[in-house]
Amino acid sequence: MQDFLDAIGEAFRLIGRLDANLAEIVFLSWKVSLSATFLAALIGLPIGALIAISSFRGRLLLILLVNALMGLPPVVVGLIVYLMLSNAGPMGGFGLLYSPTAMIVAQTVLVTPIVAALARQTIEDLKQEYDEQLRALGVGTLRAVPTLLWDGRFSLLTACLAGFGRATAEVGAVIIVGGNIDHVTRVMTTAIALETSKGDLALALGLGLILLTMAIGVNALLMGLRATATRSAYA
Amino acid sequence: MQRAANANDSIAGDSAILPIRGHGLAFERGGRRLLDGIDIEIAGTGTLVIIGPNGAGKSLLARVLAGLIEPTAGEVTWAGRPPQRRRAPKIGFVFQRPVLLRRSAQANIEYALAVAGVPRPGRAERAQAALARARLTHLAGSPARVLSGGEQQLLSIARALATAPEIMILDEPTSNLDPAATKAIEALLDAVRSEGTRIVLITHDLGQARRLADEVAFLHHGRMIERTERKGFFASPRSEVAQAFLRGEIVL
Repeated sequence: MQDFLDAIGEAFRLIGRLDANLAEIVFLSWKVSLSATFLAALIGLPIGALIAISSFRGRLLLILLVNALMGLPPVVVGLIVYLMLSNAGPMGGFGLLYSPTAMIVAQTVLVTPIVAALARQTIEDLKQEYDEQLRALGVGTLRAVPTLLWDGRFSLLTACLAGFGRATAEVGAVIIVGGNIDHVTRVMTTAIALETSKGDLALALGLGLILLTMAIGVNALLMGLRATATRSAYA
Repeated sequence: MQRAANANDSIAGDSAILPIRGHGLAFERGGRRLLDGIDIEIAGTGTLVIIGPNGAGKSLLARVLAGLIEPTAGEVTWAGRPPQRRRAPKIGFVFQRPVLLRRSAQANIEYALAVAGVPRPGRAERAQAALARARLTHLAGSPARVLSGGEQQLLSIARALATAPEIMILDEPTSNLDPAATKAIEALLDAVRSEGTRIVLITHDLGQARRLADEVAFLHHGRMIERTERKGFFASPRSEVAQAFLRGEIVL
């Protein structure tokens, strides 16, 4: 029990004095997850919008697939990206394995279905509400897409934040493709896994506390966004 | 300047709408005939009020004429040609329940102007003029969806008017509103009518029909039973069903 309390105390001291090692890990985590979320938004939002506004054979099947991909196990994503990026894989020539870029790729694969599925739902609901009015104004399909994306902006941002939350919390994909190399690919979740197994509970707990704070922060931001949007009837 | 002239052309000129003609219009859904052999022509000026009991097909007819729904039989023409999306801004369509975009009142109108091809520099001024007409200037910057029901409907009428339509088609625009809001909307429609814009108003409010109509079209079970000028219709409707409707005897 005493060890545990000591570890917590040391964790707070590490955070308090902005320990360089800890700061480096936190910074890399942010960089990887923010980049992955940004790329996932670039890919996922238009895909979600397109599925929402178009009608084609197999649409329902595609929706089912995208929804199912939201629950992709990170280790499976890690394995697939590993196979693609390894020397024997089709993208082995780029030499990306065990780099932050590989981790960004893996998290992008993980987050894109979340953004696409939530965007599809948001835009489909909005389209149902707007459809007749937009047609009455003379709005065609191509013009409707940016209109729906803009008017659904708060919900879409929520989708992106949900994706960011998933990216920062996962460990399976980044540990496989990043390798958890000190000062190169070590992020919060992989560091926690390693330090715990090594018995360095202070660093693991310190990182855990930061991760928890981030999760709470992202959720607070989500709630704030929703409240602002509802208050001003933009939701 | 050249650009402005072209833009005006894009919402006027070859985009003429009137006369709107419907020939042999029918619409079926689930084995039920909701519109049945309707012939109608809407031209000139004044207010045509389409009345009839619930389920008569009034709203459906309005949507078919506005090109929002394809009839299952018959055809609609705008100025002799089939409906085209490009000419839609020349019909100001107002729904029973206003659908406003998630932006400010003024931005809602500017959006409609942008769709109609009005260049950006002229939009704000025209939007403000439309808001002033509907007495909504003080709400220009407010999010459209926090306005009261009456204000929202006035805004949707202002948005429809902003593109200078040849015809306004309004589907029971006051059915959910209190008497004050109804009065404001009726006053606005009266002013629009006196400027020469053709108005088609769907209602089942006989008082409103009496106040606003120049002529009345009576629909029942998807058929146009009669179309008469207002006084004649209310004094002595030709058909028995219209007489019964005026006596309050037809509910469905």
